[in-house]
Amino acid sequence: MNSRGIMKAMIAVYLGIFFTYLFGPLLVMGVTAFNTPTYPQAFPFQTFTTHWFADLLGDRDMMEGLWNSIIIGLGVICLAVPVGLAAAIVMTQVYWRARSLYYLVVVSPVLTPGVILGISTVIFWKDFTEATGTKQIEILGMDFGLYSGIFLSIIGQSTFICAYCMLVFLSRLQRFDRAQEEAALDLGASFPQVFWHILLPFLRPAIFSSAILAFLSSFENYNTTTFAILANKTLVTVLAGRVRQGTTPALSALAVIIVGISLIGAIAYEVLRRREDRIAAQRAKVAREAERDGMAAVPQAA
Amino acid sequence: MLKTIIILLPFVLIAVFWAMAARERRLANDPSRKSFFERNGAVISTYLLVAVGFWAIMMIVLPQLYMVDYSFHPKLPPSERGGPKDVYTLANYKFFLFGPQIGNEVTWNTTHIRAFFLTIGASMFVTFVNFCLCYPLAFYLAQVATAQRLRLLMMALIVPFWVNEILRAFALRIMLGTSGLINNALIALGVIGEPIDFLGLDIGLYVGLSYAYLLMMIFPLYNAIESLDKNQIEAARDLGAPWWHIHLFVVMPFAKPGIASGCTMVFMLSAGALAAPLFLGGPNSLWFTPIVYDRFFQAFNWPQGAAYAFILLLACIFFVLAVLKVFKVGLGEITR
Repeated sequence: MNSRGIMKAMIAVYLGIFFTYLFGPLLVMGVTAFNTPTYPQAFPFQTFTTHWFADLLGDRDMMEGLWNSIIIGLGVICLAVPVGLAAAIVMTQVYWRARSLYYLVVVSPVLTPGVILGISTVIFWKDFTEATGTKQIEILGMDFGLYSGIFLSIIGQSTFICAYCMLVFLSRLQRFDRAQEEAALDLGASFPQVFWHILLPFLRPAIFSSAILAFLSSFENYNTTTFAILANKTLVTVLAGRVRQGTTPALSALAVIIVGISLIGAIAYEVLRRREDRIAAQRAKVAREAERDGMAAVPQAA
Repeated sequence: MLKTIIILLPFVLIAVFWAMAARERRLANDPSRKSFFERNGAVISTYLLVAVGFWAIMMIVLPQLYMVDYSFHPKLPPSERGGPKDVYTLANYKFFLFGPQIGNEVTWNTTHIRAFFLTIGASMFVTFVNFCLCYPLAFYLAQVATAQRLRLLMMALIVPFWVNEILRAFALRIMLGTSGLINNALIALGVIGEPIDFLGLDIGLYVGLSYAYLLMMIFPLYNAIESLDKNQIEAARDLGAPWWHIHLFVVMPFAKPGIASGCTMVFMLSAGALAAPLFLGGPNSLWFTPIVYDRFFQAFNWPQGAAYAFILLLACIFFVLAVLKVFKVGLGEITR
């Protein structure tokens, strides 16, 4: 019994150290955002100030970068989610002899360093746009050329984000009951009808989660973007430039905002999931009771 | 000429497989087996083919092949590209090995070669450290923790992961700088007389890499250990196995795919890391990715940068294959 106690204490100490390592630097950074010295300092704490936050709002480069980041993130969602879905469906249908090669090709971006994806994207699209004359396309006096930082960033990031989305869809598809499809086909539905009315509704949660995943991965990406963005900027590349120049508490302030947003997102997600769990549990309970009372003569679905 | 072949290669491959599939279907003579187009209908078939084709060919295969091709070309101004000077050459790879040659003496490009091997070695080290840090926690989460506690800890793990990589590096810089928190605390406690230059000693870099990719190790490990039946551990314990036997001979063999997956991810991310070396590396620290970066943005020698990127890619492929071989797992198992 005593060794159990020691074990428990050891686990507690270990958890304490681990989470201090994980959160310590972030907490310190959070404190520096509200401290007055121009070099980010947590201790000694001089006076409470919010002027680093005001600094941030007045920073035009950062605001422009933020705007570009959002555009790129939305672009990545529009590209990566449909492609990931298609890739997952093709995976279930692809000719079996080609399957392992297909898998190798589509999963390789996940295992490739981000800088390499950025470099290859820029090199390829530079020549491609030159060869096809799409480097600059003017529509109504605005340049919609394909050789632009925003477009290349969307393409470069999507190279691996599509694979993330595909993996999300694949894991959901694994739980797909083929019997549903067969039942629909037996009842005279065509394959496209099965796709629209059975497969897509089943995959809806995966569509949402892959869209969120795609946006977040795009938003915080640095390695690929720093090459693909060319002369343009995103929030992260602006940030990188600032950190290289020197450290100011305004960066801590930005971090506080980002952490705050993630915290709210995580809590909202958690609350939603708990409510869903509760509803599901309630439904299961009602079903069980109904069955016990002999009211449900229908065999239960698997 | 060679470039045309490169571009046509993926299409030829797809056509060959398609023809093989069609032939096999004909020979099987089974009316319930339908061709791709019959099965999905025109609209969905087109969507699937266009989406996957664009991704696999235009975004994955061709850019990579193109980068490799590009790395065998000399650096030329745009006007001379495709001209008589645009020949295949090994110059960019020679530069990696020998550096700029002055006179007739053969000298090795020690800076770059050393940086390369240091990057590989240090990435392995970081991978190992992260495994040691994360394994106990993953085991605790997967096998010991109650559902309530599990959910709380999981959230605590995910939240810092949403903080940008650069900001995390920045947070560590505040901690480890010469006038940072740790130095101030150590001086105040009287442990050291003057600040230690953590960043200059590359300690900051290694801590930063380990810190940044902690979660890439935890989640694969957790997923693998979670599916282990608790009864197996109980059985081993009842048979008198000491705790380290249980981990070494029961849990770890079972979690092999997760370990392989976590290790490849952490290694690949560290070897290709750009943020941590740029922001946490000292002035003398050598990491390969910033050198690649400089080929592009300081030397403006893109073909050379492509060659360097390809060398890095080869090292990563080699590592992934080695891990698969050592752990005897398939690629499908580690990317789950």
